[in-house]
Amino acid sequence: MEILLDILSWIFLVTGSFFCLTGALGLFRFPDFFSRIHAASLTDTLGASLILIGLMFQAGWGIVLAKLIMILFFSIFAGMTASHAMAKAALKSGLQPLEFKGKNEQGQEGEQPSKP
Amino acid sequence: MKDLFAVVMLTGIYSLLTASLFLDLDAVDVAFTEASVGAGISTLLMLATLKLVGRFERHTRYKPALALGVVLVTGSLLVYGTLDMPHFGSADAPVHQHVAPRYLNDSMAEIGVPNVVTSVLASYRGYDTLGEILVVFTAGIGVISLLRVSRRTKKDSRKKVPVDMQQQIILRIVAKMMLPPILIFALYVQFHGDYGPGGGFQAGVIFAAGIILYTMLFGLSSGQRVFKPVVLELLSALGILLYAGVGVACLLLGGNFLEYNVLRHDPVHGQHLGILLVELGVGITVASVMITIFFKFTWRTVKHKYKNE
Repeated sequence: MEILLDILSWIFLVTGSFFCLTGALGLFRFPDFFSRIHAASLTDTLGASLILIGLMFQAGWGIVLAKLIMILFFSIFAGMTASHAMAKAALKSGLQPLEFKGKNEQGQEGEQPSKP
Repeated sequence: MKDLFAVVMLTGIYSLLTASLFLDLDAVDVAFTEASVGAGISTLLMLATLKLVGRFERHTRYKPALALGVVLVTGSLLVYGTLDMPHFGSADAPVHQHVAPRYLNDSMAEIGVPNVVTSVLASYRGYDTLGEILVVFTAGIGVISLLRVSRRTKKDSRKKVPVDMQQQIILRIVAKMMLPPILIFALYVQFHGDYGPGGGFQAGVIFAAGIILYTMLFGLSSGQRVFKPVVLELLSALGILLYAGVGVACLLLGGNFLEYNVLRHDPVHGQHLGILLVELGVGITVASVMITIFFKFTWRTVKHKYKNE
């Protein structure tokens, strides 16, 4: 049982770290603002929450688990909402996504289905 | 940098980094304060100011070279001054010799509160904290008297939700979901400050941040339906009155000013009661002053908006 928990926890931790790393990489390498937001929010949501879940397996039943769940709740909602608000604000202030540049008319409906 | 918005954001990031530095140094309470006050509410208030004064800096007339020279000279003098200081973390530094050992060793017997920071802040250094809370209160009075709101503006903006916020459905729903946990967390920080990191300042600021979040998304009028300006002004005075009143009560019961030992028969219980009341006073004043300042700033924005239309 112990070893199963450890294996599960490590899987989650490593996957979470992978997403954090790719998020950081994407933040530097992606071409425009919206795709960069996508990468950054990957760190916030998938990376952080997978790491938190991995930590939950280590925590065992107790107050630490409850706190981790609360942190997970807050970080998921705050991260997603922040990236949504940023993307919306950028779109509103006239920044167009890369693929719509040049095509004026379609740019208005240029809200990409952003997957955080 | 001409874009003041970016400057404000950088200040917030700086505060957050400082908070993590404090956390690294095991000063959890200070980190908490820095994160909530420095990165949270002061960034917010600066953004509110930017809304009033405009985003971009005007053309400057002074010579930057002179300022840079002054900063360089002052900075090098300060660095030179630190050379005489004892090494970081050395045990024989004056700060570890003077009163700190007594705080650390005797606080549990004298005050009986597990968090030494709270016992130092509220009991050993009660005068200083009273002074700090007076500063906050004075700042609130200053803002209230500087930014007056006319009756007409109030009537104009009644029951109007900011238009650009009406479209932010996701933000509004998430804010509604987050508001109860934020307020409960503020109360937890307030009353758990004796046992863990936290206390009146942090709790007040977190509470105010929750209310400000609500006000930003749902309009000033719905925010003010809960917190009427008159009530807020009274509350900010009430908190400080509570603090000083505990001190006077100690005087009347035969002790010194803010000497909580005499509040109960048992000195340690008296300390508990005194710290609880004092922290409550701090929390009430900080929260109401912060909300008042934000409301006043927002009134100002509303006024400009309606004047322009």
